[in-house]
Amino acid sequence: MADPRIEHLLRRAGFGASADDLAVFGNLSYGAAVDRVINYELVPDDVDSKIGQPGYVGMTSNGAFSPNTAINDARQRWLFRMVHSNRPLQEKMALFWHNYFATGYTKLAGAIQAANATRALAAKPSEDPAGQKGQIELFRERALGPLSEMLVAVAQDPAMLVWLDGNTNTKAKPQENFGRELMELFTRGVGFYTEDDVYAAARVFTGWNLQGDTRSTTGAFGFVYNPNAHETTAKTFSFPIYGDGGRTIPSRSASAGMQDGIDLIGALAGHPETARRLATKLYGFFVSETSDPPSSFIDRLAQMYLQSGTRIGPVIQYLFSSAEFQAPSAYFSRYSWPVEYVVKAMKETGWTGFSLGSTLSPLVSMGQQLFEPPDVAGWSLGRDWFSTGAMLTRMNFASTLAGNQKFNLSTAAAPAKQSPQAVLNYMLSRMTMPDVTGAVYNDLLAYAGAVTGTWTGSTAQMQAKTSGLAHLILGSAEYQFL
Amino acid sequence: MITRRQFFKGGIAAFTVGYAAPEFLSDLARAQGAASRTLVVLDLTGGNDGLSFLVPYTDSFYYSRRPTIAIPAGTVLQVGADSSGKALGLHPKLTGLQEIFNQGRLAIVQRAGYENSSRSHFSGTDIWSTGNPPNTQGSGWLGRYLSTVKPLDPLSAWTTTGDTPHALQSSGVPVASVPNVAGYAFASPNGGAEAALERTAAANIASHVPVDQPHVAFVGASVQAAMATLDRVATVAQYKPSVAYPNNGFGQALQAVAGAMVKGLGTRVFFVTTGGYDTHASQDPITDTGAYARLMTTLDGGLKAFFDDLKGTGLLSDTLVLSFSEFGRRISENGSRGTDHGAASPMLAMGGLVRGGLYGTAASLNPDAANPTLENNGADVHFETDFRSVYARIIDNWLGGDSVGVLGGNFRKPGLDFV
Repeated sequence: MADPRIEHLLRRAGFGASADDLAVFGNLSYGAAVDRVINYELVPDDVDSKIGQPGYVGMTSNGAFSPNTAINDARQRWLFRMVHSNRPLQEKMALFWHNYFATGYTKLAGAIQAANATRALAAKPSEDPAGQKGQIELFRERALGPLSEMLVAVAQDPAMLVWLDGNTNTKAKPQENFGRELMELFTRGVGFYTEDDVYAAARVFTGWNLQGDTRSTTGAFGFVYNPNAHETTAKTFSFPIYGDGGRTIPSRSASAGMQDGIDLIGALAGHPETARRLATKLYGFFVSETSDPPSSFIDRLAQMYLQSGTRIGPVIQYLFSSAEFQAPSAYFSRYSWPVEYVVKAMKETGWTGFSLGSTLSPLVSMGQQLFEPPDVAGWSLGRDWFSTGAMLTRMNFASTLAGNQKFNLSTAAAPAKQSPQAVLNYMLSRMTMPDVTGAVYNDLLAYAGAVTGTWTGSTAQMQAKTSGLAHLILGSAEYQFL
Repeated sequence: MITRRQFFKGGIAAFTVGYAAPEFLSDLARAQGAASRTLVVLDLTGGNDGLSFLVPYTDSFYYSRRPTIAIPAGTVLQVGADSSGKALGLHPKLTGLQEIFNQGRLAIVQRAGYENSSRSHFSGTDIWSTGNPPNTQGSGWLGRYLSTVKPLDPLSAWTTTGDTPHALQSSGVPVASVPNVAGYAFASPNGGAEAALERTAAANIASHVPVDQPHVAFVGASVQAAMATLDRVATVAQYKPSVAYPNNGFGQALQAVAGAMVKGLGTRVFFVTTGGYDTHASQDPITDTGAYARLMTTLDGGLKAFFDDLKGTGLLSDTLVLSFSEFGRRISENGSRGTDHGAASPMLAMGGLVRGGLYGTAASLNPDAANPTLENNGADVHFETDFRSVYARIIDNWLGGDSVGVLGGNFRKPGLDFV
């Protein structure tokens, strides 16, 4: 790999690079690599057809693989996509939005049963008997589109309607949950709305309910606007709703009342506070968590967002093309999320003969179970991932993976078997992490060279040392950064 | 990790009173203050139905509002009457807790909650976790308490769950997540001598602190703490309890907690959960196999074994168990013989120095909208004791901390002297 910026790009815009990924991107210029990553619509979306094929990471399921109705299978299908998709940015953005609109399986399962909770979160419409579309598919579809449209789709998404209780929001009993989070977490942020705004927003979304069959596992269920449940009086906010500065959504007839919500979402998506808040989140996700975002850079991202009609794609394009993103000081300045760590480790270590089922329990202990964020605020990022037990789980996952890949690793490293140092250098070239120098390198070298008798490069020595080194590298503090 | 120097600095209290210490030694340790005291926080997740737990069996509205899920008066376990003279009974499956109650070591704080109770699981849990209803995204109350403890050890906080509970979260406070003691070990892809070499190498690698890269140093400290605690946690796997714990997740989690205490690992706060309390349908607290009856069997079996085990090891007086749940449930049963999300519910405190008894008063279940012990037009039990008053008592009088600082206000309540 000639250009280190491309590997940096693939760690951030995707989940790291396997040898196959490097073959695709290796000969591109940086600009061409950015284009390829962003214009993923041009790349065939055939990754799911590879599930179960030889040469790809495996699955472990309880009975027939049922990713549309069994949540652990849905988790594995998503992880499979992170490992193998040729559209890495689409999966990365889906993960970003999953954290942004954090929706949890357990509450849904309690309300609409396990199979339908899985359908609501993860069903592929083409595979569902009623064409049900899981929330994660919505995130994929709209990953780089306008936030204003994403917000409407999320407000009408069955999983969200259950998760934030929109399904019970009626004029008789206005439900504040969604309206509050819409302003607090999805747009303006804490401090930029009042409690009166919360009451008004609850009334705006009265009648945005769920209808259909949530009892059978083949029925259709989805959004409905219930005019009879809509509260028709005017709603006044503390911030502008309309271009002329007007703060009041006018009284409308019940049949026309759905427009209230469209007006509010449109206003919220286009507010400068929303733009800055989103820009700050994108900076932390893509650029750096170890330095404060420069105010001028956030301003530029926010401007880009507002000028492009709240579209995310142009913001991302600008971001990846920026000097701030490409600066070597930005490399490895992002704490990996558990799923990012697990997927990158598999991409760099190997997966043949490994099952994604072996990642599920460790991911829980690392603190990130997909489709089960701790609450609507999403996961606590950065340092919060690294409690003692969570870090030990990462180290032990590294051991499991390295042990599983012992044969593959020693075979691949065979050309370097002349010396422990050559084997170490090979392993370090395979794994991407900050340059390992000085004391850490010497510790690894001392381990590689510690053998009974003399170094012969025998199969036994190679298997022990390649797997041992993979374990130590993947379990090091340095490797936990992207 | 405890260095030799810290050990001497901490004095006798630093190794608590495990290993069947002679009586004078445990007195000495206690005399050094609260440093050896342990708090075990128990989260009953899903929203515990307080009226099935502590049954107001003399309230006729209890029976009229729950035609199919009321527990017959003749089967409740008598625990006397509260200060308002209302007779109450424990759920029939709580035979162990009744025994502990009769020994004066179980306190039940009735109607714990807060104003404008959330009926949402997650915001309710956040409120109970932060102790700060207006801002539920901040740090946890236990985490804030722990951040005042010096020195803080990587095993000061121990959760038996896979994640870090919100209540324990606070910047700079390490939390050992040990869902399974046997899994808290240094695994290796190789065996024998090779594995030992890897372990040495991992410890060496983590010992270098890159001062110019604080983020790497932070994660490195986590690796170091894990490496330094492995052997201590591993000792817990060898623990042979003096009683048999129930063979379920809750019982096994409590066994690990007892093991950690007996082995003297220095943990100040443990966090344990047991779930399934979200009983919207077929709640059935009456028959042995009913959903709520099984919850009570699990709860009672685990807590009784824990109590007896600690009594046997002499650690009971260093232990306080506190339970909470994110909300109570509706008074009237719903159409599916269950109960929906409500408001206040009881908290339990159990331990060797607990002043047992019934604290606070039961609600009258008369559905009159003017009934001051209810809220939401008589649908739900209104709180009487702010849950933060319970926290405050524990922080001040058990842990030796400052509740005003930790809770951001004075929530002390006269008469709430269960510990």
